[in-house]
Amino acid sequence: MALVLTEEQTMLRDSARGLISDKAPVSHLRQLRDSQDAAGFSRDLWKAFAELGFSGLLVPEKFGGSGLGCVEAGVVMEEIGRTLMPSPFLSTAVLAASALSRGGSEAQKSAHLPKISDGSLLAAFAIDEGAKHRPLQIKLQAVRSGNGFRLNGAKAFVVDGHTAELLIVAARTGGAAGEREGLTLFLVDPRSKGIAIERTAMVDSHNAARIEFANAEVDADSVLGEVDQGAALLEGVLNIGRGAVASEMVGLSEEVFGRTVAYLKERKQFGKLIGEFQALQHRAAQLYIDIEITRAAVLKALQTLDRDFEHAESAVAVAKARAGSTATLAVQEGVQMHGGMGMTDQFDIGFFMKRARVCQELFGDTNYHADQLARMKSY
Amino acid sequence: MSGLEDFRRETRGWLEANCPPEMRRPMTSEGDTFWGGRNAKFSSEPQRVWFERMRDKGWTVPDWPREYGGGGLDAAEHKVLREEMAAMGARSPLSSFGIWMLGPALLKYGTEAQKKEHLPKIAAGLIRWCQGYSEPNAGSDLASLQTRADSDGDDYVINGQKIWTSYANYADWIFCLVRTDPAAKKHDGISFILFDMASKGVSTKPILLISGYSPFCETFFDNVRVPKSHVVGAVNRGWDVAKYLLQHERAMISGMGERGVGRPLGQVAADSVGADAQGRLEDSMLRSQISTFEIDEAALSAAAERAVDLAKAGQSHPAFSSAMKYYGTELNKRRHEILMSAGGADALEWESERSKGGARARAWLRTKANSIEGGTSEVMLGIVAKRILDLPGA
Repeated sequence: MALVLTEEQTMLRDSARGLISDKAPVSHLRQLRDSQDAAGFSRDLWKAFAELGFSGLLVPEKFGGSGLGCVEAGVVMEEIGRTLMPSPFLSTAVLAASALSRGGSEAQKSAHLPKISDGSLLAAFAIDEGAKHRPLQIKLQAVRSGNGFRLNGAKAFVVDGHTAELLIVAARTGGAAGEREGLTLFLVDPRSKGIAIERTAMVDSHNAARIEFANAEVDADSVLGEVDQGAALLEGVLNIGRGAVASEMVGLSEEVFGRTVAYLKERKQFGKLIGEFQALQHRAAQLYIDIEITRAAVLKALQTLDRDFEHAESAVAVAKARAGSTATLAVQEGVQMHGGMGMTDQFDIGFFMKRARVCQELFGDTNYHADQLARMKSY
Repeated sequence: MSGLEDFRRETRGWLEANCPPEMRRPMTSEGDTFWGGRNAKFSSEPQRVWFERMRDKGWTVPDWPREYGGGGLDAAEHKVLREEMAAMGARSPLSSFGIWMLGPALLKYGTEAQKKEHLPKIAAGLIRWCQGYSEPNAGSDLASLQTRADSDGDDYVINGQKIWTSYANYADWIFCLVRTDPAAKKHDGISFILFDMASKGVSTKPILLISGYSPFCETFFDNVRVPKSHVVGAVNRGWDVAKYLLQHERAMISGMGERGVGRPLGQVAADSVGADAQGRLEDSMLRSQISTFEIDEAALSAAAERAVDLAKAGQSHPAFSSAMKYYGTELNKRRHEILMSAGGADALEWESERSKGGARARAWLRTKANSIEGGTSEVMLGIVAKRILDLPGA
């Protein structure tokens, strides 16, 4: 398969770009932040997303979606990255939809996927517990109790956790922290007794929450996939999420870069456009090259996820690691080349720097994935 | 699509049946590369067999037209062949500046007579070419070259000196940039011309490099007579040909890092550095350098694949090969820095049998030229800034 977008994918990109650039430029995020919006995103826009079919992109047609793949999800994420639009797309349409389609029973799929597809159900994927992404270190306990399980523990950095109507929670039903064996995914109603949700305002003005579970009870039907055998499902969904976030970072990097190059062509100092200085030209060229190479690596990972899911692990690690370092470089150069203006809140560039830092941490940063790659290759 | 799958199956079958097992192992020395030419010698029987079978199929130049000795494959088929060869670790049967650089330029700018004369001999490995571009006073500023070609009847008479001519001492023919109009502006008076290195007045002198090898020469022209029909493209428009050819040269050099197959770096490092009980390298900083390198290498390889696909889709920027050249060569230098660090003191031996005559250190030193030859990294960044980013005054 050619490592370029198909005609259909290009059309999808154009339609996503049209909607997002029109309805959700960076000023949209700024307005949500300044008004301390209770949801942290626009429900009207999410409805518009659903009407265009974006919320059901990864949902099989049988359940009301369009049954498309990770490349298409990445196309939308990239456009989201360009304007930093806060949206349930990642948590609901990518992570939850993937977890349910890949691991759900027919009953679970029928109950939730059509609602994800029509935009009426918001979900969140609760994985991390500590400051760093370490999925095998999950400690949240799920102990058998009566006909179901009782959950005890805490989750952090749950994207969209405070608005979710359905939580997908990774818990330990066996084994010890660090082991693959003994992980189980649960579908949990956030309004259940024993669950406390704290919205955590983050540096990037996007949504996240800490969630505590104190003897929260779930029934046996809420197990997603198999008890104790959830690691493969979890890692599969995480890889899809990593590909999606990497795409967001490509969009973000390219937008910052475009704004920065435009600035180099308009800002004058010493009687010259600063873009005439070779010191800046070479740095701009290096950043351009870095972004182009990362873009290829990310598309490669998304295509591999769609075509050869079981063997996509290393391509995904490469993509997420590269996207993280590229985005970090792009926002740093962006702020630096904008000079003092880059440091002001009034200027948008700082929003990109903040979001890039969050995307780095989501589902493993560059160091995490470099370490994973070394493990995969046994050194 | 199903036609392509059939092609893949047939190709895999043919390669399995025809590629000798010895030709599926990573190259370990310069002698493993077959360059062709009038004085070509095979270093082994499997090398000869592999070359001849591929030549007979037209697969030394798979995507050239059949009438010029190529395989006539379209871009999609060519990609399948490359993928299948890579999957079995099959070596390239013929290395050649004729294939990588001159051929594409002749296909675009050559007359029918020039194509018929030269392309089949390149495809069959009969003639080995070298490139006469740089001069002592025309390096990064290549267009200021001074080698003259003075008109004399049906001939040009060429006088001057080239430098950094790769393997000029082994080459049969040269493709050369010469000044045919000294009065014109520097880019406008240059022609691209072909001639036999056995012509009267041509001499070469190898240059000893820091690696202890001499892959480059100084090349001197003293009243060399060349028929005017040997000019490729229009007279005084040689810079167009030169630029087009440089794009191919840069694509080639950027690919050098990726061709560094063989044992994974992590394992090479484990030999000398050691690993802990869990199999992790004892040197944790080196381990992270290697994995970061491998991430960048995998990403570059995706970018190379994408560059080909973009070109096929008509979406590529002509200057993009400069971007790839920059990144590929800097990456290859990093690979060899890592290999030296991994090898420690063992990698410092220069002559011993144990070190295969200092192979690792010499290869490390060789890579330092990657970011200079074919346009320095700084020139590449300048081209990207000017032609792709359209920055002012660049």
